[in-house]
Amino acid sequence: MRSYAAQRAALAIVQLAVLSVLVFVLTALLPGDAADMRFTETLTPEQVVRLREQLGLDQPALERFMHWFGNVLTGDLGTSLISGGPVLEIVKASVGATLVLTVATLIVVVPLAVALGILMGTRENGRLDRIITSITLALSAIPDFVIAVVLVALFSLKLGWLPATWVGGSLLASPVLLVLPVAVLLGRTVCLLSRQVRAGTINALHAEYVVQARRLGVPRRRLLLRHVLPNAAVPGVQELARTGDTLLGGVLVVEAIFAIPGFATALVDGVETRDVPVVQGLTLVLAVVALLINLGADLVCNRLVPRTELLR
Amino acid sequence: MSDALNRRGFLGLAGGLGLAAMTGCGSGGSTGSAAEPTAGGRLRAVFAGGGAKEVLDPHLQSLFVDIARHKAIYEKLVELGPDLKPLPRLAEKWEPDAQAATWRFTLRDATFHDGKKLTSEDVLYSLARIADPNTPERVAQSSLAALDLKRCKAIDKKTVELVLTAPNAEFPALLAGIGTQIVRDGFKDPTKPVGTGAFRFVSFEAGRSLVANRYDDYWDGAAKIEELQILSADAEARANALQGGQAEYANEMTATFARTAEAGKSVKIVAAKGSTTQAFVMKVDQPPFDNPDVRMAFKLLADRQRLVDVVLAGRGAVGNDLFGKGFQYYPKDLPQRERNVEEAKALLKKAGLLNKEVEIFTSDATAGFVEAATLFAEQVGEAGVKLKVTTGSAQTYAKDLLTKGAIGSHRSGAMPIPQYVTDRLLSKSPFNVTHWRRPTFDAAFAAAQVQTDEAARAAKYGELQKTLRDQGGILAWGHPDFLVAVSAKVQGVQAVPPNTLDSGRFDKVWLA
Repeated sequence: MRSYAAQRAALAIVQLAVLSVLVFVLTALLPGDAADMRFTETLTPEQVVRLREQLGLDQPALERFMHWFGNVLTGDLGTSLISGGPVLEIVKASVGATLVLTVATLIVVVPLAVALGILMGTRENGRLDRIITSITLALSAIPDFVIAVVLVALFSLKLGWLPATWVGGSLLASPVLLVLPVAVLLGRTVCLLSRQVRAGTINALHAEYVVQARRLGVPRRRLLLRHVLPNAAVPGVQELARTGDTLLGGVLVVEAIFAIPGFATALVDGVETRDVPVVQGLTLVLAVVALLINLGADLVCNRLVPRTELLR
Repeated sequence: MSDALNRRGFLGLAGGLGLAAMTGCGSGGSTGSAAEPTAGGRLRAVFAGGGAKEVLDPHLQSLFVDIARHKAIYEKLVELGPDLKPLPRLAEKWEPDAQAATWRFTLRDATFHDGKKLTSEDVLYSLARIADPNTPERVAQSSLAALDLKRCKAIDKKTVELVLTAPNAEFPALLAGIGTQIVRDGFKDPTKPVGTGAFRFVSFEAGRSLVANRYDDYWDGAAKIEELQILSADAEARANALQGGQAEYANEMTATFARTAEAGKSVKIVAAKGSTTQAFVMKVDQPPFDNPDVRMAFKLLADRQRLVDVVLAGRGAVGNDLFGKGFQYYPKDLPQRERNVEEAKALLKKAGLLNKEVEIFTSDATAGFVEAATLFAEQVGEAGVKLKVTTGSAQTYAKDLLTKGAIGSHRSGAMPIPQYVTDRLLSKSPFNVTHWRRPTFDAAFAAAQVQTDEAARAAKYGELQKTLRDQGGILAWGHPDFLVAVSAKVQGVQAVPPNTLDSGRFDKVWLA
């Protein structure tokens, strides 16, 4: 198990290096650089040229990359080309809101999805299963922004129960700000996750060892918790890791609609203003998080059902 | 995300139209003056955000949200009125010498938030800070390049003498430009802003919010509201925040929003009529537009009313191929250009352009650009010229327009007409989008600009604008309204073009 983790970690470092090269190349391919982005008819072309020199953007791309890379190895993410502040600060400032949003969503999603999944799985093809299946499938087909617009229109603008945006709000003062964004993020994730738990439950219920256990008269409750759930959870945990992607896509939409100053917003801003160090810094953090989650998921599965190690 | 893209471009563009604009304001002139002003309360105003780009440093600003924040805390010597005419602010009055090359400004009795009195030294320090070549991103650098800083001096504590390298009767207007705020002598740390404005700084988070409190000793009378929050959000979130009660003021709203909002009772629209300019720009040094007949033909082919109705959803005025309708120095007596397909056809035939293809370069850098180009292509098509619409990158459009395509889309915001000419229509202009380079025009403009008699100056500017309208490359088809939305309880918001004194100004606003 330890060598498994070490292997995975080594692979992760290679992945990170490749990724940072890719991100740098891709941002370099976009038209214009950070100096050009200031060219809005307030700065003259001469001012832009001087600015480009000052930002070091007149240096060859390879040189800029090596400089950045060297800094990263020493733990320095560099300086924003736009605000002039440290990238680390921008990352920290933007990660907070997204983290709160994601964690809050997961806290609701996981128990809800597991409960729904087991409920559906134990009543395979029954009426309840069919009803929940139809609802979750229908929900997962609706794009996040549609759900968001409908929820805002109904609960904020019409009924006035919940705040429509984070504009001017503070999460500490009014946690109620989280309700609508989390509700939007919930939709698709619960659907996908509960489907996986359902499938896992059904598989486990049909497995010979469960059938055997049932024959031996193991009580239903104990059967579900001890024998079915760990096996049913494996596809669920893997799906949960994959949920990261779904969530991030959703977070971007949710952050835009609710004006949440989070990670996705910062990333879009960074790309838009060609603030390469910020884009690099944010992607690196994102990549590390994604790698850790996947690694964690694999280790958890490994633990839950050790035989999966053989399959890897 | 298209709104996120838009928030960038508008500023340089930021534009407006004044008096004519204000007359037709309907529901949204000044928002009610019947009610007696009440003091106190908190006002939350939402503007298009700029993320990490947002700054507290008043000399770096370039977004409306920055401008509003800086306006709350800092002030300029001069501001622009609704017709873009200079108004005294921190400078109580000014006087040029006979050549308009040396100007004496008398300062007002104002104090900074830390209690220190405003003096000539603060003014000289601020101007030097703006001009510092080591910080090329200070936006007023080019407009204030006319200052001969070494020869500028303090006459006494309240009088400062500013010397120009070349005479310029429009100098006060330059002091009202973007990024010309007066900071304290020795001001180094923009994160601790100390100004003379109506509000004192409390806190700031780039891309999110500024909180400021009323400054009781403000020279122009303390603000009515107690606390001001200036917040950043995209169009959708601005609309939701205003309608959901999380904000009382929303800047730069769309015509679509205005239509829905006006149906209800909770939101009022304050429309500065025709405050900005939308145009097609033809490069006068590139075929086919190097031929004046072709330029005229294109001007005759534009169905301006239809462009305004479709692209601006009717919220705007038709253009007459000139910038600055309603502003000081705008030649009001020129006849409105009307569509004339037959005459255009004759001109195009003479130029040999019938049945040829021309490419128009645009992008969705600004709302309506692509729609306007597409609609105009149809209108030009009626005369037998095919106009092919090419869409470029939104983020680099301001730069690309200078180098790409023979005809393109252009938008400009409120600025004094002489400044527009200086920036865009002289041989050395940095943003000369029509490549209009005429030494005789430059000379005539320079001669007009040193004319100290205002009426004589206005007459000369008028002639120059007539030349531009008939021979130049700007096909100004429309002047969009500038739309602000406020909650029903907000009073005192003025319908003025952006970049003028009363736009994004909150010390005269109150909550009923």
